[in-house]
Amino acid sequence: MRYAMAIDTKKCVGCSDCVVACQTENNVPIGYCRDWIVETTTGTYPELSMELRSERCNHCSDAPCVRCCPTEASHVEEGGIVLVDHNDCIGCKACIASCPYDARFIHPEGYADKCTFCIHRVKKGEDPACVAVCPTHCLIFGDTDDPNSTISRILKKRKWKQLIPEAGTDPNIYYLL
Amino acid sequence: MIEELITSGRNLPDIDPRLQVWGWEIPFYLYIGGLVAGILFFSALFTLRNREKDYPTAVKWLPMAAPVLLVLGLGALFLDLSHKLYFWQLYTHLRWESPMSWGAWTLLAITPLSILWAFSWLQDIFLTWQWPYQWLNIFFQWIRKNRNSLAWALIILALILGMYTGILLSAFNARPFWNSAILGPLFLTSGLSTGVAATLLFSRSHKERKLFASIDLILIGIEIFLIIHLFMGFLAGTRVHILAARLFLGGPYTAVFWVFIMGFGLIIPGILEILELRHKPIPGYIPAFLVLLGGYLLRVIIVDAGQASRWLY
Ligand code: SF4
Ligand code: SF4
Repeated sequence: MRYAMAIDTKKCVGCSDCVVACQTENNVPIGYCRDWIVETTTGTYPELSMELRSERCNHCSDAPCVRCCPTEASHVEEGGIVLVDHNDCIGCKACIASCPYDARFIHPEGYADKCTFCIHRVKKGEDPACVAVCPTHCLIFGDTDDPNSTISRILKKRKWKQLIPEAGTDPNIYYLL
Repeated sequence: MIEELITSGRNLPDIDPRLQVWGWEIPFYLYIGGLVAGILFFSALFTLRNREKDYPTAVKWLPMAAPVLLVLGLGALFLDLSHKLYFWQLYTHLRWESPMSWGAWTLLAITPLSILWAFSWLQDIFLTWQWPYQWLNIFFQWIRKNRNSLAWALIILALILGMYTGILLSAFNARPFWNSAILGPLFLTSGLSTGVAATLLFSRSHKERKLFASIDLILIGIEIFLIIHLFMGFLAGTRVHILAARLFLGGPYTAVFWVFIMGFGLIIPGILEILELRHKPIPGYIPAFLVLLGGYLLRVIIVDAGQASRWLY
């Protein structure tokens, strides 16, 4: 099992519903977020092109945050979900420095925090909150080890990119182009 | 041209607009680690060579400061933690892949040994020194007899500690400016050099000053060589490494790095030490002080610049 997410940059309208859904679902404190929207504009006026991306932790297959954690607080759960165990975390911030995507932050209570792929929902067979609310259905969550899953089939059909694969993290969020 | 904007208003504390999770504590901790490594390394080295009479400051006196400094360093590390009550978790796990982990264990090993080492010299410094309990007297007699084994342990641990202060940073591939294997040897050399400078600051023996000024000159030379290689490596690297190097070659760190660290921290003390060795009337504490200050600044700037450098996407 290898949980992953495909995000359709052609469908995303940048409404930030996924951001708000995550904050509500996971009780993310005010001023913090586990996912966010990036708008990229390329070109020179009037020849401009724009890309919208909903970004979050990439649940990297080769996760530097897990490697550098001195206490195993950052660890890999079943299905490759990268999690932080709050009671093991000492707040050394090594994992924050090690993440090329700046996907982590220090929760006001002191431990490192980030996207969990809504593991509590996934275990019940539901989609992560961001996926469930997206009005354009541009987020697809699933198991890339299963060749018949929706995400596997879409990744076979569409062109996609990962963010900075050259950082060696082997990320599991795919942006459909 | 590419312009990127986070449109959902992300403004995470210490992360946006740029990473700033490590303030003064981590550079201070790395600095103290290097300084103690330098002090213990030379103390143990010259003990093994039976030169404690010739180099009393380095061998007997400075180690007294090592445990105090180590506690200060560990205190700074502790202050930096944001989940302090769980500090002990650091010592319920040992993870080789995490420099933060094996470095913390190295510190745990070296701190009690440095205390034993410092106390073992008390009877050599104060000839009439007696411990209040007989068993302590017997214990330290035994330590003094086995001093050479302790010295070997300290040499090895000091080298690991000195290297670790650099490897801690170079292990972060996410921050291009830290991502160079040169940082380990550079911080080790700089740490040894600050240990030597501490000796020069306090030593009153001409013979000792002469030897340690010469050692410092060699270390300064190696440091300059390593810094040049650091930048050569970056400039021959990928786009993000080139951009990271440019922070220092025209970018915001240019003046502070080349003037204060390279100039006042390495080249000028080097010249002053050469003049002192040639019997020019140079107050010896000036180069020593500059090296100590330069070493601290080096860590402050490298920790900060690493957090300012990033991958692009
Ligand atoms: S995106 Fe960052 S936090 Fe998430 S698994 Fe990868 S390195 Fe760790
Ligand atoms: S902040 Fe917590 S999760 Fe992150 S590396 Fe340190 S102990 Fe591990």
